[in-house]
Amino acid sequence: MRRVAITGAGTINALGHNVPDTLAAMREGRSGIGELDIRDLDRLSVKIGGQVRGYDERAHFNRQQIALYDRFTQFALLSAAEAIGQAGLEFSGALAARSGVVLGTSGGGLSTQDENYRVVYEEGKNRVHPFVVPKLMNNAAASHVSMQWNLKGPSFTVATACASSNHAMGQAFQMIRYGLADVMVTGGSEAMLCFGGVKAWEGLRVMSKDACRPFSATRSGMVQGEGAGAFVLEEMGHAKKRGAEVLAEVVGFAMTSDAADIVMPSKQGAARAIRGAMQDAKLAKEKVGYINAHGTGTAANDKTECAAVADAFGAHADSLMISSTKSMHGHLIGGTGAVELLACIMALRDGVIAPTIGYEEHDPECALDVVPNEAREAKVQAVLSNAFAFGGLNAVLALKTA
Amino acid sequence: MSVQEKVVEIIAEQAVLEIGDVSLNQSLEDLGIDSLGLVESIFAIEEEFDIQVPFNANEPEKSEFDISSVAAIIAAVEGLVKAQRA
Repeated sequence: MRRVAITGAGTINALGHNVPDTLAAMREGRSGIGELDIRDLDRLSVKIGGQVRGYDERAHFNRQQIALYDRFTQFALLSAAEAIGQAGLEFSGALAARSGVVLGTSGGGLSTQDENYRVVYEEGKNRVHPFVVPKLMNNAAASHVSMQWNLKGPSFTVATACASSNHAMGQAFQMIRYGLADVMVTGGSEAMLCFGGVKAWEGLRVMSKDACRPFSATRSGMVQGEGAGAFVLEEMGHAKKRGAEVLAEVVGFAMTSDAADIVMPSKQGAARAIRGAMQDAKLAKEKVGYINAHGTGTAANDKTECAAVADAFGAHADSLMISSTKSMHGHLIGGTGAVELLACIMALRDGVIAPTIGYEEHDPECALDVVPNEAREAKVQAVLSNAFAFGGLNAVLALKTA
Repeated sequence: MSVQEKVVEIIAEQAVLEIGDVSLNQSLEDLGIDSLGLVESIFAIEEEFDIQVPFNANEPEKSEFDISSVAAIIAAVEGLVKAQRA
């Protein structure tokens, strides 16, 4: 079985337009959540989100590209460029054929759909721009990344709601591990902060109107975010041979399905995924020092997740740290696991555990060390990243220090 | 602005050229406009003149709309605009 290194990371999200800015915000426990700047805000009852600020698409892309790139594709391209730049890889010949891209998204080009539905339904126009379909399709981001970087191996898009990124990265990991590819660009992207995207979430009545406070007894629901995260996964020998810097090693992955309820999470399903990832990694549970939680800030998730961690780890659950960075960047839905993996890499590489901010009051049903409000210095050798999606689809990754 | 000037402007923008660099006898291929660029140009022409251009990308050669050169496109658009006003 081949080993899998992470040799590049990139992101754009509410905390920053690149990895260093994002990690600095996580270290400082800064929130990227604020009032949304979107059309028809007055018709929304949820008015906050983790929006990417100070972003001008024209600074990165020309008119022709903008005509084809939905916001979620733009975010994916920018993140991939940062990750591949750090990895220092060029894809040509045999390597290009052995390299692919697997990205997660849930809404795909939702802003494009939203805008064009407006045009035909609200404005009554009978003509839409010819690129609506190639712009809105869920695989647009993965395809444009493959085109821009000449990635000619296995490439596709994974859509498992809030677990999309983790499922995508897990696929990329397995492809390299089992010899289907040598390098994979992977992660996820989401740009749902448009009127229709927020209105749909409003309907579920699980959204907070003020802040995302995972694990706090005062929690008031989830907050949407947007952005992307991308990583270069590379076969360890390939990375070492060319002297690449290894940021962390991906050592395990597990997926489970609750097969129970379309929105309510299950402790058993989540615990099986957590145990599965450790078994896959041949990792003793005592070695796990940090878990990046799914931690959405809803009562249903937070209680179930803490119970699942307690179940999977037994007594060691009280010794490990678990935090939810969604408190800072919001829930990026199909892109969330990718941005959250950055916190895992920071824990392994820099010995800094990102905090759960907005934490106000102890909840006896979430009685774990959730690293409240302030980042913490700690040496950890192995970490997990949890993602538990609507539809009961769970995906957990295990990482170790390089 | 005449139909000709407007059509040349749309094609020039699509080809990322100056208006002066587009000559009437050139084809879209000469100008480096691919199939996606063509449908985008047609969309822009329809929006500009509020007309329906009879063009099917599956069978461009069988379309009633002649796209063989810039001059042909202008003539076709002028015909459609005239028919629209009639």
